[in-house]
Amino acid sequence: MFKRWLRQTTVATMVALAPMAAMAQSVTQGGDVVVTFKDDVTTLDPAIGYDWNNWSMIKSLFSRLMDYEPGTSKLVPSLAESFTVSPDGLTYTFKLRKGVKFSNGREMVASDVKYSIERAVDPKTQGPGAGFFGAIKGHEDLTAGKATGLEGITTPDAGTVVFTLSRPDATFLHVMAINFASVVPKEAVEAAGGDFGKKPVGSGTFTLKEWTIGQRLVFEKNPNYYVKDMPHVDKFTVEVGQEPLVALLRLQKGEVDIAGDGIPPAKFLEIKNSADGAKMIVDGEQLHTGYVTLNTKVKPFDNVKVRQAMNMAINKDRITRILNGRATPANQPLPPAMPGYDKGFKGYAYDVAKAKALLAEAGFPNGFETVLYSTNTDPQPRIAQAIQQDLAAVGVKAEVRALAQANVIAAGGTEGEAPMIWSGGMAWIADFPDASNFYGPILGCAGAVPGGWNWSWYCNKDLDARAVAADSMSDPAKGAERTAAWGKVFTDIMADAPWIPVINERRVVAKSMRMGGGDNIYIDPTRVINYDAIYVTK
Amino acid sequence: MAFLFFRRLVQIALILLGVAAITFLLLYALPADPARMIAGRSATAQTVANIRRELGLDQPFLVQFWTYLTNLLQGNLGRSYAQKTDVATLIVARLPATLTLMLAGIVVEVMLGLLLGTIAAVRRGGIVDRLVMMASFVGVSAPQFVVALLLLYVFAATLGWFPMSGYGTFAHVVLPALTLGVLGAGWYARMVRSAMIDVLNQDYVRTARAKGLSARRIIFRHALPNAILPIIAMIGIDIGQFMGGVVVVEAVYGWPGIGQLAWQAIQQVDIPIIMGVTLTSALAIVLGNLLADLIAPVIDPRIRTR
Repeated sequence: MFKRWLRQTTVATMVALAPMAAMAQSVTQGGDVVVTFKDDVTTLDPAIGYDWNNWSMIKSLFSRLMDYEPGTSKLVPSLAESFTVSPDGLTYTFKLRKGVKFSNGREMVASDVKYSIERAVDPKTQGPGAGFFGAIKGHEDLTAGKATGLEGITTPDAGTVVFTLSRPDATFLHVMAINFASVVPKEAVEAAGGDFGKKPVGSGTFTLKEWTIGQRLVFEKNPNYYVKDMPHVDKFTVEVGQEPLVALLRLQKGEVDIAGDGIPPAKFLEIKNSADGAKMIVDGEQLHTGYVTLNTKVKPFDNVKVRQAMNMAINKDRITRILNGRATPANQPLPPAMPGYDKGFKGYAYDVAKAKALLAEAGFPNGFETVLYSTNTDPQPRIAQAIQQDLAAVGVKAEVRALAQANVIAAGGTEGEAPMIWSGGMAWIADFPDASNFYGPILGCAGAVPGGWNWSWYCNKDLDARAVAADSMSDPAKGAERTAAWGKVFTDIMADAPWIPVINERRVVAKSMRMGGGDNIYIDPTRVINYDAIYVTK
Repeated sequence: MAFLFFRRLVQIALILLGVAAITFLLLYALPADPARMIAGRSATAQTVANIRRELGLDQPFLVQFWTYLTNLLQGNLGRSYAQKTDVATLIVARLPATLTLMLAGIVVEVMLGLLLGTIAAVRRGGIVDRLVMMASFVGVSAPQFVVALLLLYVFAATLGWFPMSGYGTFAHVVLPALTLGVLGAGWYARMVRSAMIDVLNQDYVRTARAKGLSARRIIFRHALPNAILPIIAMIGIDIGQFMGGVVVVEAVYGWPGIGQLAWQAIQQVDIPIIMGVTLTSALAIVLGNLLADLIAPVIDPRIRTR
C-alpha cells in the first residue's frame, strides 16, 4: 500500500517538476539561427508594417515605452523606467530609461518618442496604425491635416514624456506597447528618404545587418541593448520565398531552425506521429477566433431567430477535424486566452432539430437560399463547404463564393452585399491582449460602415455605451472589474447572434531540435515568434 | 531593313501602351481596395481615407492613368503600396535570378527537345518514337508543382546532390532549370519531330542520301538547320513566359525571381508592382519575338527576300 502510494506520489512529483526541469535548462547565449517564411518581408518600418511575419521582426528591431514579459501578456515598462497615471486617467507621465542608444549611436531622448508617435499618426506616413492613438489630444487635427503634431504629447525635459488624452482609454498602456508606437530616430528616417522600411534604425534587441531583396534578411544582436543577456542568439537569418513543405524538409535536414509558416496540413499527422517530429512541433494558443458573419442588413438574417438557428446548425467539431485538430470549437467572440473569456458560457449547442424548429418559427420551415463568402486558399474553401453542408441539413441552400482575400474584404465592407462570410484566412487575431480589441472594428457601430470590418453590420447602441464605459475604467485597480464588464459584453452579444463563433485556431510552428525555450516563446501572445527570447541549446 | 526595324519599334511601343492601359483598367475595376489592404483591420475610416488620398486613389480613372503614364515615360514605375519602395528597385533586384533561370531553363528544354525530337523523327513509327512521344506528352501535361517537388525530393533531400533551396551558385540553378526544361522539352520534341519529318521527306535530302552522305551528316548538317525555324519562334515566346515569372518553380526552390514578387503583389493588391511586372514581362515577350524575327533570316536566307 505504502509502496503504491510512494510510486504514485513520486510519479506525481515528477510530473509536477517536469516543466520546472525544462525551465531550469539553462539559457545559453550565442548561436546563429535560420528562420524561413514563404512571403517576402514587405517593410520593417514600424509605422507601416502590419503583416504577421514582419510584426515580430519589428518588435525586435525597435523598442517602445511599454512591452510584454516574453511569452506572456503581462505589460512591463521598457523604454520607460517608470510611469504614473493621473486619477482621472487623462494624463500619463513616462520617465525614460537613461543611456538607451539607437543603433546609429545617438542617445534616445523624449522628443524621439513624440516624433515617432506623431509620425505613425501623420497621414503622410500612410500607416495603418493611426487609429490606435485616437485618445491622444489633437489626434483629429493631425489626421485631418489641420495640425502637424499632436498637442497631447509634451516633453518637459529630455527624460520625460507626458501624454494628455481627450478621453480615458484603459488600453493606453497596450497602445504604448504596440509596434506603431516604436521609437525611431528622426535623422535616420529622413536620411532614408522614404526607404526607412528597408533601412531601419532602432534601439531594439537586434539590428538589421543585411537585406538581400527576395532572399534573406540578417539580424544581428544589438550589443548595447539595455537589458542584460538579451537577446540570447547572436544572429538570426530570415530566408524568404520558402515553400512551407520545402522548409520542413530543410528543417528535418538541419538547415533550418524555425519554419515560420508551420507545417502544411498534409504533413501534419506524419510529423506529429514520428518519433522526433513531436518535439519539433510547437502548437500554441493564439488570440484568434474564426467566425461566420451573419449580415443583419440582409434578409433573412435581419431576423434574430434565423441567426440563432444558424448558430445551432454548425457542426464545429467536424471543422476542427478538417484542421487536423489544430483548433477548438468556439462559442463566443473572445478566444479562451483572452482576459474576459467566460469559461462557463455555453453558447448555442449544435442541435439540428432545434435549429429547424427555430427556422420554422421564424417563417422559414423550408429554409432559404443565401451566399457564403470565403477566401480561396486551402483549407478555407473546404471549411466553407463543411458549413455549406451543415446549412443544407437544416434546409438552407448556401452558394459558396471563394474569392481572393481582397475581394472578400471588399464585399464585406459593402452594405447589403455579403449575407454570410467565413472569416478564415483573415480572421481576427488581436493586436494586443485586451478584450476591447475584439469589439470596436468588428462588432461595434463604428465598424458597421462602408469599408469597415463589421461584416455583420451589427450595431447595438446599448452595447456600444457599455464598451465605452468599460474602456473608461483606466484605473489599474479596476482592472478585474473592467475585464468582467468586457466579458459580459461578448456573452450578451451572443443573444443577438451577429456571428457564428466557429473555432479558435492554434498556431503551429516547427522548430529544430536544438532550439530551446518554451512553446510560448515561439507562439508568443503578443509577437508570434519572440526573437529576443529564443535560444540554442547546443 | 532599317525601316522595318523602326516599324517594329513603333509596334512595340503601341503594344506596351495597350498592355499598360488594359492592365490598369482591370486593376481599377477590381472590387478590391488597395488602401484597405494597407490599412488592415484596426484602421479607422479616416485612416483608410487618408491613405487613399495619399496614394491618389481618390482621383478619377483617367487622371490616375495619366499620372501613371507620365511617370512611366520618365522611367518611373512608381512606389510599391505595401513595401514603400521603388518598384524599379524591386524588379531590378530580382532580374538576375529571373534571367539566369530563363536562360538555363531554355537551354535545357531546347537541348532535350532537339535531341528527343530528332531521334523520334529518324526512328519514325518505331518503338523509340512512340516512347519519346509518350514521354513528351507526360512532360507537357505534368504539373510543375509535382515535377519540382519530385526532383527536389530525390536529388536534393534524399541524394543531397544539390542544395534544396536558394540562389547564387551553379548547383542552385540545376534543379529549377531541369524542372522547366523537362516540362518544356515535350513541346520542343514534338515540334522538332514534325519539322524534321517534313524536311527528311524533301528532295534535297533524298539527293544527299543518294550522294552517299552519312546519316549523321544528313541529319545534322542538312536537315536540322532547316527544321529549326519554328524552334527559334518558340524560344522567343518562352523568353517572355519565363520573364513573367514561373511562380510555382520559384516557390518550390525558393528562387528569388519576378514571379514570387508578382504573386505576393497580387495578394496585396499592390498595383504599382503588378503593373511593373506586367510591363516587364510584356516587354520581354515583344523583345523575345523581335529577337526571333531578327535571327530567323540569318538562319534561313529564304525569309530575307520576303
